[in-house]
Amino acid sequence: MDTNSKPYFQAKDYKSDQNVRWCPGCGDHAVLNCLHKAMAELGIEPHKTAVISGIGCSSRLPYYMNTYGFHTIHGRGAAIATGVKIAKPELSVWLATGDGDSLAIGGNHFIHAIRRNVGINILLFNNKIYGLTKGQYSPTSNRGSITKSSPFGTVEDPFRPIELALGARGTFFARCIDVDLKNTTDIFVSAAKHNGTSVVEILQNCVIFNDKIHKSVTDKDLKDDHTILLKHGEKMIFGKDKDKGIVIDGWNLKAVTIGQDGYTLDDVLTHDAHTQDNILHLKLGLMSPEAGLPLALGVIRDTEALVYEQELERSVETEKARNPIHTLNELLMSGNVWKVE
Amino acid sequence: MHFQEKVTPKDVKDIVILFSGDSGDGMQLSGTIFSNLSAILGDEIATFPDYPAEIRAPQGTLSGVSGFQVHLGTHIYTAGDKVDVLVAMNPAALKVNATRLKKDAIIIADLDSFQQKDLDKALFKTENPFTEMGLNGARVISIPITTLTRDGLINFEMSPKDQARCKNMFALGLICWLFNKPIDMANHLLINKFSHKPLLAEANIKVLADGFNYGQNTDLSVPTYRVETMKTRPGTYTDISGNVATAYGLIAAAESAGKELFLGSYPITPATDILHELVKRKELGVKAVQMEDEIAGVCSAIGASFAGDLAATSTSGPGLALKSEAIGLAVMAELPLVVIDVQRGGPSTGLPTKTEQTDLRQALYGRNGESPAVVIAASSPTNCFDTAYWAAKIALEHVTPVILLSDGYIANGSSAWRIPDMDEYPKIIPHDVSQFKGDSWSVGARDSQTFARYIAPAGTEGYTHRIGGLERDYQTGAISTSPENHQKMVNTRQAKIDAIANYIPQLNIIGNPDADLLVVGWGGTYGHLREAIGRMNNTGMNVALAHFQFINPLPKNTAEVLRSFPKVIVAEQNSGHLAGHLASKIEGIEFSRCNKVEGQPFSVEALITEFTKKLEE
Repeated sequence: MDTNSKPYFQAKDYKSDQNVRWCPGCGDHAVLNCLHKAMAELGIEPHKTAVISGIGCSSRLPYYMNTYGFHTIHGRGAAIATGVKIAKPELSVWLATGDGDSLAIGGNHFIHAIRRNVGINILLFNNKIYGLTKGQYSPTSNRGSITKSSPFGTVEDPFRPIELALGARGTFFARCIDVDLKNTTDIFVSAAKHNGTSVVEILQNCVIFNDKIHKSVTDKDLKDDHTILLKHGEKMIFGKDKDKGIVIDGWNLKAVTIGQDGYTLDDVLTHDAHTQDNILHLKLGLMSPEAGLPLALGVIRDTEALVYEQELERSVETEKARNPIHTLNELLMSGNVWKVE
Repeated sequence: MHFQEKVTPKDVKDIVILFSGDSGDGMQLSGTIFSNLSAILGDEIATFPDYPAEIRAPQGTLSGVSGFQVHLGTHIYTAGDKVDVLVAMNPAALKVNATRLKKDAIIIADLDSFQQKDLDKALFKTENPFTEMGLNGARVISIPITTLTRDGLINFEMSPKDQARCKNMFALGLICWLFNKPIDMANHLLINKFSHKPLLAEANIKVLADGFNYGQNTDLSVPTYRVETMKTRPGTYTDISGNVATAYGLIAAAESAGKELFLGSYPITPATDILHELVKRKELGVKAVQMEDEIAGVCSAIGASFAGDLAATSTSGPGLALKSEAIGLAVMAELPLVVIDVQRGGPSTGLPTKTEQTDLRQALYGRNGESPAVVIAASSPTNCFDTAYWAAKIALEHVTPVILLSDGYIANGSSAWRIPDMDEYPKIIPHDVSQFKGDSWSVGARDSQTFARYIAPAGTEGYTHRIGGLERDYQTGAISTSPENHQKMVNTRQAKIDAIANYIPQLNIIGNPDADLLVVGWGGTYGHLREAIGRMNNTGMNVALAHFQFINPLPKNTAEVLRSFPKVIVAEQNSGHLAGHLASKIEGIEFSRCNKVEGQPFSVEALITEFTKKLEE
């Protein structure tokens, strides 16, 4: 590829002049930097990029981008982003949203955007809490969570975002951790390159209202054994000493130590993100340390399917080419008309 | 044929025909074909379909009656009050419409459907439904329509059930005979309608001719009619419904503005036909999408507007309620947006298939915060085209959401429409950065006369920026919570809407400017008010009409015009929304009110009674 023909951009070209107003220590700062870097790597011109958001802490993100940005209303970002993408398919369209914004008030738009496979990149900041309204439980808060709106603990189970995304026939799902700069940037790049809706669940820390909620997978001492970074075509190996692997055990997944209990490297699964069947992707996405399995990070699913705005565009172009009528007047004159002299 | 020659047809100025039957009887089709035929032959027409909310209510019952009313002749403004000719395909149709018949009305009844079991279903207590309904003066023509239809199709390979379904064409044939309408043109319409089902086309054409010939060959003791036609303005005409005209108005606006048209919508009665029409118009580059709900409908439109399309959403009252937060976003972010509300009976689900004007307050005030938006209203099926064009023009040139109020009556009603020469319409020039003449553009850059900001559609090189629902600085467009700035922005958003009054037509008076009583109306009641005023003027009563198309802002001369009449009465199909609005804007006028909220169009006779009373007070 001729790299000279592509405009060269740096992360700073995507940064706006506004002061970033998130709390010190908030995971959003790191995610924002990763997004600037990912956009520079993608090399899409800032004016051809639109970042849409709903309401919540993470939805402030567009103000910090030197792109087109639209901070909208609670939960509706996916619908607005859909309109942007349909109107101008050539734009790179991103949606910055949170667990409250997209899984509670905006749940309907979230699943339908995914079902249509419209070409938007959804960055789902999941901190399992409502931060901007100061600490109420969210649809991803664990059962029993004690928050300002659940002083005795919640009595409801949380959504697991991958179940919604894959239940809505999602074609791309990835997961990353706010502080893991390298992988987060790479995953954003993969998400942008995906044709159709991409969903990236970002495990993000709210330092004020839900600090260390993801610590079982972010703590230095725990993360190597509690997470696995999935890469398409690579063996599912994890652990501090890279000696653990994921194998199939009946209908289930199991974590094993290679060389123990008769398991060899050959038994360890190879990740296939591109397979259409989403059953294994779902199983991988639902692994958790609590269940004795590492939490899956990286691109879990990345498959090809027809894309909404491209199909709409195609049908418009087909009709334009097929139909001799191109103006309203021609249309009116071709109908049931009569002349009065 | 010789029979026809012996009878002199009766000449009339206008006539009202109501095709009525079970919702499966095909009355809408008979009515549509008859009205098209009449329009093609030079009549002015206005039509009104009246159908039940249920798709298939129990057969033969009162709740299942579906009607299509056609008013034809000269000076036709409404679909008509009282009915001259009723086609009653069953007793339920007779019962539902009996009170709307003129004293000497003609009733054509399908004898086959007036059996005991049918009378029972329609809850008749006696064996003579006509006497029971007090229709002694009516001329009843009872014909075994179903039997005659089947007999005529004996050589067609169709099931008896399918044969019977053609009976609406027999009724249509009879009506064509009664009104001296040649049926060749109707044949043509049927061939188009059933282009994919040649057998059905042939069967329908046969039955239509049978109906016509039946009238001609048998000794029906009724005179036929010849309706006076008027010399209309030369041009090419078509028949158009309000919803289709609305859709076309948006397309015309997009063409004028050089924009792509986007519609984000969700099905809702009685607005869905706008979506139906626009999804078909791919050859014209229209992108119309059915979203997952009302909110997504308006939000996708806001997204498309942000990206530079002419963007619209179509709905009815309950949908407008759901969209209100998003409309507030368009007010705050200052984006062009057309919101079409085809009003129906409310509140809540209300009367989905009936007409009302009860969303005016919602359109004017139904948002949080100081949230001014433009509100305009269409007055007739064909005026929906002009009003939709105006809505788009104001939205694009003044960078604001515009709420267009239509209603079930004009949206489903249709009339003959002279296909416009678009050169006669003012060009639409979107207020975007290409119009900006200053040195450095920001989100805060505004026109000094209109206060409209210069928008930079996403994707425009050199204009990356951020907007949103948060208050922003007047100059820079960055987020601001400054108290002074908020006040200034509130004032500016209001001033922007107020300034639109300088760019819209003045309020016109129909009738004598020195009249003793001014009737004020708005929206879809125009035809009824116009007809009432016309009839009163003909009998020497001194009344005039001021009909509002632009409601927020009001035309500049509104106060001056209203003050020049000794008495003002505001007639509307709600509890007084416009009257209250006018009273809040204009001091020193006592607004009398004439309100009706029955889910039905005004009755011209009732209006005349009301206005006469006011005049004589």
